[in-house]
Amino acid sequence: MAYPYRHEKETLVLSECFGDPSARTVAGWKRVGGYQGIARALEIGREATIEDVKASGLRGRGGAGFPTGLKWSFMPKNSSRPHYLLCNADESEPGTFKDREIMRWTPHQLIEGCLVGSYAIGASHCYIYLRGEFFETTQVMARALEEAYAEGLVGKDILGSGVDIDITLHVGAGAYICGEETGLMNSLEGRRGEPRIKPPFPAAVGAFGMPSTINNVETLCATAHIARHGGEWYRQWGTDKSPGTKLFCVSGHVNKPGNYEFPLGFPMMELIDDVCGGMRDGRALKAVIPGGSSVPIMSADDCRACSLCYEGVEAAGSMLGCASVIVMDETTDIVKQVRRMAHFYAHESCGQCTPCREGTTWATRILQRIEDGRGTEDDLDTLVQISEQMTGTTICVLSDSLAMPIISSIEKFREDYLALIRRGERVGAA
Amino acid sequence: MPDNGPRADTVTLTIDGREVTVPRGTSLLHAAETQGTTVPHYCYHPGLSAPAQCRICLVEVEGAPKLQPSCVTMAEDGQVVHTDSPAARRMRQGVLEFYLVNHPLDCPICDMSGECKLQDYVFDEGREHGRGREPKRVFGRDDFGGDVLYYGDRCVMCTRCVRFMDEVARDSRLTVVERGSRAVIDTFFDSGLEGASFAGNVVDICPVGALVSKDFLHKARAWDLDHTPSVCTSCSQGCNIELHTRDNLVQRLMPRENQEVNGHWMCDYGRANYEWMNRPGRLEAPMAGRGGERRAVDWKTALEHLFVRLQGGTGDVMVVGSAEASNEGLAALGWVGEAVGTVSARVFRSPRADDEEPLPGYPLLVRRRDLAPNVDGAGLLGFERAGDDTGAGGLEAVAGHDGIVLVLGDGLADQDVRFGASAGLFVYLGSFDSPAARNADYVLPVTTFAEEEGSFVNAQGRVQRFWPGLRPPGSARPAWLVLGALAAALQGGRTPASAAEVFAGLEAGCAAFAGLSYDAIGESGVRLEAVHG
Repeated sequence: MAYPYRHEKETLVLSECFGDPSARTVAGWKRVGGYQGIARALEIGREATIEDVKASGLRGRGGAGFPTGLKWSFMPKNSSRPHYLLCNADESEPGTFKDREIMRWTPHQLIEGCLVGSYAIGASHCYIYLRGEFFETTQVMARALEEAYAEGLVGKDILGSGVDIDITLHVGAGAYICGEETGLMNSLEGRRGEPRIKPPFPAAVGAFGMPSTINNVETLCATAHIARHGGEWYRQWGTDKSPGTKLFCVSGHVNKPGNYEFPLGFPMMELIDDVCGGMRDGRALKAVIPGGSSVPIMSADDCRACSLCYEGVEAAGSMLGCASVIVMDETTDIVKQVRRMAHFYAHESCGQCTPCREGTTWATRILQRIEDGRGTEDDLDTLVQISEQMTGTTICVLSDSLAMPIISSIEKFREDYLALIRRGERVGAA
Repeated sequence: MPDNGPRADTVTLTIDGREVTVPRGTSLLHAAETQGTTVPHYCYHPGLSAPAQCRICLVEVEGAPKLQPSCVTMAEDGQVVHTDSPAARRMRQGVLEFYLVNHPLDCPICDMSGECKLQDYVFDEGREHGRGREPKRVFGRDDFGGDVLYYGDRCVMCTRCVRFMDEVARDSRLTVVERGSRAVIDTFFDSGLEGASFAGNVVDICPVGALVSKDFLHKARAWDLDHTPSVCTSCSQGCNIELHTRDNLVQRLMPRENQEVNGHWMCDYGRANYEWMNRPGRLEAPMAGRGGERRAVDWKTALEHLFVRLQGGTGDVMVVGSAEASNEGLAALGWVGEAVGTVSARVFRSPRADDEEPLPGYPLLVRRRDLAPNVDGAGLLGFERAGDDTGAGGLEAVAGHDGIVLVLGDGLADQDVRFGASAGLFVYLGSFDSPAARNADYVLPVTTFAEEEGSFVNAQGRVQRFWPGLRPPGSARPAWLVLGALAAALQGGRTPASAAEVFAGLEAGCAAFAGLSYDAIGESGVRLEAVHG
């Protein structure tokens, strides 16, 4: 089966085997150079592997874009306590579907990435925390892991190196907040999925109270390739601040939505107009959410000169996040879209922190009222102020994640709100 | 952790423009408290872990990118903290507004009104007018079992109650169910808090009216209650408590913080045991004459006649005290006995439970076997335990004694009407009449601990004072006043005018109390061993 959409401009590093079921086996993965990354890492040693990842400039693909090599180097050296590597495969950011595809088609890519990461941080146990809804993915991963154990790639004395690394799959129960790193740890430990206060940071006190590092699926997969080819190799793509390739999950009103892999810095309009075959039914572009629902909305104008790298999207007033590009055409009701997102965040708020627990629900209800034609202009000021009260005041950033789309949408699409509000006033709805 | 050489054990920082020096490891919230600034907080409670989730204690720390939760941010050298900067104040106002999005404004019918932290903080700093136009969510009321009711609508999700049951009671019976604004506190299955021994504390620590006591429900408004520092009399632990009174009735007992005795807590057994203090049918006037000849007299007549009888007494005295009487009362009882002759029996009776029950997360607090407050004080003052573990029996010799019999505070419930029939002189001092007091020559009404000043010695050997919270009925007087006056008359001393003066006389007969002043005991008590090194 050919992978749904391909484009000749793509740079296939992580997604080379998408659509090829034969790559799901150890043999298939080895055919494309698999398990050479961990072999080389074991050869050059822990420190050198971390140095390679540092040199590659790889930034976390889960959304925050934190340098991976630096994160690994935070782990204590010479500590007698067990270390854990946690792989965040809870992919639940609306609009994101890259990790699922990586695991579906190339489970061994992730297993190899986990081995490299575990080895580098001195962990003898890695947990892959899978999103609860990933039924097929979990099966594929479980089958691949079983084979990897059988082949001596995982478990005791991997590849005859004397290093022990176990990998456990843990399936969540389907909560957005368990994709937050410390919420994930609580969930993994069997507690309520509630983010923890930092400090202490996971590198000091993480899963089960032990030093832990948590990385996204795509990040760990990239480290498998970096371990194999070296850090400089990875820098052949991307920009100075955003090296490497990235999977872009394009969804929404384009003709060919899907996962596309490009070097970071790829122009957004080229992605939409060329790679994705342009807008649905030839309509005009209205807005783009470039990084999963938790980032500020961009207007069509913001998109023109935007290049898809961390600094490029930031310059355009938003954030690259996990590069989940949600494209909306001129027929999109922005208020409804934002209300729908607000409902999601209100539903997924864990409820610990007051501003998030109450603010997300309140904002949703105000947005619903505006959508129903019963809003006032004061509501827009209230929404912005609530959003400001929800920014930077909580343990994790879930409430910030709603505040950003609300503030940016009111700023950039105020007319959409006002149209609904005025229509409501005209027909006299109370 | 690498050792970077010796570190000072204090840090100096600036809070609201004032320099403060606190021990290393002090939270900003506590550091601010040392200079008199209370940072509003809900989820933080000094007796529990700090989850930093209510977000109202955020303060500005110069150099930090965001506001910091003062309950978990530790004071560091050179920090400059602003608890009342525009940013911190704006944020607090925001959090308070968020609370009121769903919190009902049912203060007029809420038991917590008047001592509610949400009410207080909103009055202090909240917005004048709410901007919420949306209807509030409704959860309704849930019976948690035991004495606890839960009003979900009022809950601010601070989770103090959940953490109390998890961390202090170590009996995880409460939890948060659902998430986001649908989250509520709930119990597991049907048992709830029924049968838990310390669950009443969750009502005390609830900062709002979400958890209320069924016993106290709609009984009194907080601002109508008078608070009197006291000591729980239900066992020999002597938990520090407050009597909350209104209309000369005790309405409830609340724990009073004492980290040496009970922390912030008390047990449900002690908390529930207060109705007897309000019981009617009290002895209200002194009475003279046995059986059918008994008649009410005034105190002057009673004491003058009794003084004459005691002076001409026969010499052999038997004294029955009580572990519920104060040190001062028991001591004065002993003085009277010694003044008139040889004391051949000096006993008290007190019920004992089969076991004791510690509070697992605060093991200093134990519901003791001795179910009376002053067993140790009675022991120190020379009283010997008599009778069995139900507090009965053991008075055979006293019942048939032909000399002088003095009874203080023992209701003689197990004794029959022949008690003291052959006594030369039988004086009964009590709060309630008893069939066994029928043969008493004098029945003298004394106050309960709730109506008088005095002290107890708890099971830790700690002297603790209590204060009167109720007016005594009729002409009932403190036992120390009655007996102190008699002892002074018999021995030729000065009549004590206060419990403090009686207490000052204790050291003469009991070395344990030597050198201890009543004032020094204060509201938190003093351990006797500590006084004597």
